[in-house]
Amino acid sequence: MENNKSLGKQIWKNRWNYLFLAPTIILFTMFTIYPVIASWVISFYNWNGMEPLNDFVGASNFIKVATDPGFWKAFKNSFIYMLGVVPIQLSLSLIAAIFLNNPKLKGSTVYRTLLFLPVVTTTAVVGIIMAFIFGTYNGVINELLLATRLIKQPVNWLGSANTAMAIIITVGIWKTFGYNLIYWLAGLQSIPGELYEAAKVDGASSRQQFRYITVPLLKPIAIIIILLAIIGSLNVFDLVKVMTGGGPAYATDVVATYIYRYAFSTEKGIPRLGFASAAGVFYGVTTMLIAIIQGALMKNANRERADYQL
Amino acid sequence: MNKQSRYYEKITHIIFTIICFAWVYPFLWMVFTSFKTEEEMFAGGLHLLPSHFNFGNFIRAWEQANFSIYFWNTVIVTVVGVLITIFLTSTSGYTLGRYNFPGKKFFIGTVMVMMFMPKGYTIIPTFELIRQLGLLDSLAGVILAQVGGVNAMGVLLFMGAFSQIPKELEEVAKLDGASYPRIFWQIMLPMVKPIIATVSIFQFMSSWNDFFTPLVFTLGKPNLRTLGVGMYSFIGEHSTDWVGMAAAASISLIPIIIVYMCLQRYFIEGIAGAVKG
Repeated sequence: MENNKSLGKQIWKNRWNYLFLAPTIILFTMFTIYPVIASWVISFYNWNGMEPLNDFVGASNFIKVATDPGFWKAFKNSFIYMLGVVPIQLSLSLIAAIFLNNPKLKGSTVYRTLLFLPVVTTTAVVGIIMAFIFGTYNGVINELLLATRLIKQPVNWLGSANTAMAIIITVGIWKTFGYNLIYWLAGLQSIPGELYEAAKVDGASSRQQFRYITVPLLKPIAIIIILLAIIGSLNVFDLVKVMTGGGPAYATDVVATYIYRYAFSTEKGIPRLGFASAAGVFYGVTTMLIAIIQGALMKNANRERADYQL
Repeated sequence: MNKQSRYYEKITHIIFTIICFAWVYPFLWMVFTSFKTEEEMFAGGLHLLPSHFNFGNFIRAWEQANFSIYFWNTVIVTVVGVLITIFLTSTSGYTLGRYNFPGKKFFIGTVMVMMFMPKGYTIIPTFELIRQLGLLDSLAGVILAQVGGVNAMGVLLFMGAFSQIPKELEEVAKLDGASYPRIFWQIMLPMVKPIIATVSIFQFMSSWNDFFTPLVFTLGKPNLRTLGVGMYSFIGEHSTDWVGMAAAASISLIPIIIVYMCLQRYFIEGIAGAVKG
């Protein structure tokens, strides 16, 4: 029996396994475990990145983060972005998926391929193109609205606080729509076709089929899709950074651009890496708690529903 | 098919055609604007097509705006990143998926904990680490920062695939005297080609499109910029050169669009598999 052998012998017996695992363990320790722990440690120090890490300040960075109106503005904006993107994107992509899942619809692969296209492109580059398309002068959107006389003056879409966030949300919906379309399609295809056949035989309308077959059977995968969409949108950076940089007057500043400003940009003077790390940890913990609560609530709702149906 | 359902099908096609045109319009705009002259651009209007195709903007972006450097930097970062990722995830997925050994559960547990642990701002210590390794002024630093953390999802995908291969196969190979690395390389790895494709595509997308890591690592080092960062600094420096911007954007996006169009089935199956699994 293997269990009777000494640990040393077992390790020697598995030497190839350890050798195969070694590169991964070394790099994983260096570039995942160490940075996560270090980011927590740094958040308790006052540090500009140049001097040695020796100015321990306790929780003071966290207090500064929690009392900075700029942080809460960015925090609020991150959630506005998430709440603007997720519901619209998920419902529109579900509708599109239901249409494209129809095997009788010819050319659905072409539509799917085109709708997924923005996903594979570089967000930073696409954001810049979109900034031109929504540009004040010669921007396609303004030209179109002027030509159809819907507006009289060119609108400074990204330059005014009222519209900038709405434009970023619109582009955000467009950019990651394809992911959710594919996720929904995968979910729809996992529902056995016989269920619909049987429902048809029983005379169920397509609305009833959706209500009593599609919705309940999509629930488990829907929870994952919703969580992925929420987490992804709460961490938006590239799009905001290149389209507005958080402006005008921080109207579109999200937590990721806020932290970046303190860690790497020169606009706030000397880098405040301890403060930036504290903001990162604070936000990471908050969003994780929200994800846990969300997950628990949805699971609960699911269970109640299941009980009810039984 | 009856008349009514044919009518509905037609409507569906019309709606999807309109939506898809609007959907890819920004890319069409980008490509066609790349060929326009500056005067033509600023004359405005909604003409999508250029009056004639001129390649001057591409030459300007490629040569003067350094997009040739950015392009090759991105190619190197992406190709090396994909190779490293496949090496790490396949070797570790193989041992974890097929063998039991002391410490295995602990390792998998650690990976899981790390996946769900709030990350803080890990780019700062990563930057410090790369600096201490003396790799700050090289593409190697960017690559390590991108893929050194090991793609945990890739490991899990390989683990699952390797664990489903029947034991008999390697028993036979062992009897024939094949060594452990040879069994892995010649027998096992060829059996999980679909996973290799999936993980490669994911890594290709994330390396080619990454903005944040190269942005931080190439601050003040224009020669190390990748395409995304190059675009960002380009609009900072030449904010009025719209047609040059469009050409530079085309150089950045057309390669990945072509790869996607050729391999779109694998892209979509890979993404779908990630949420099913």
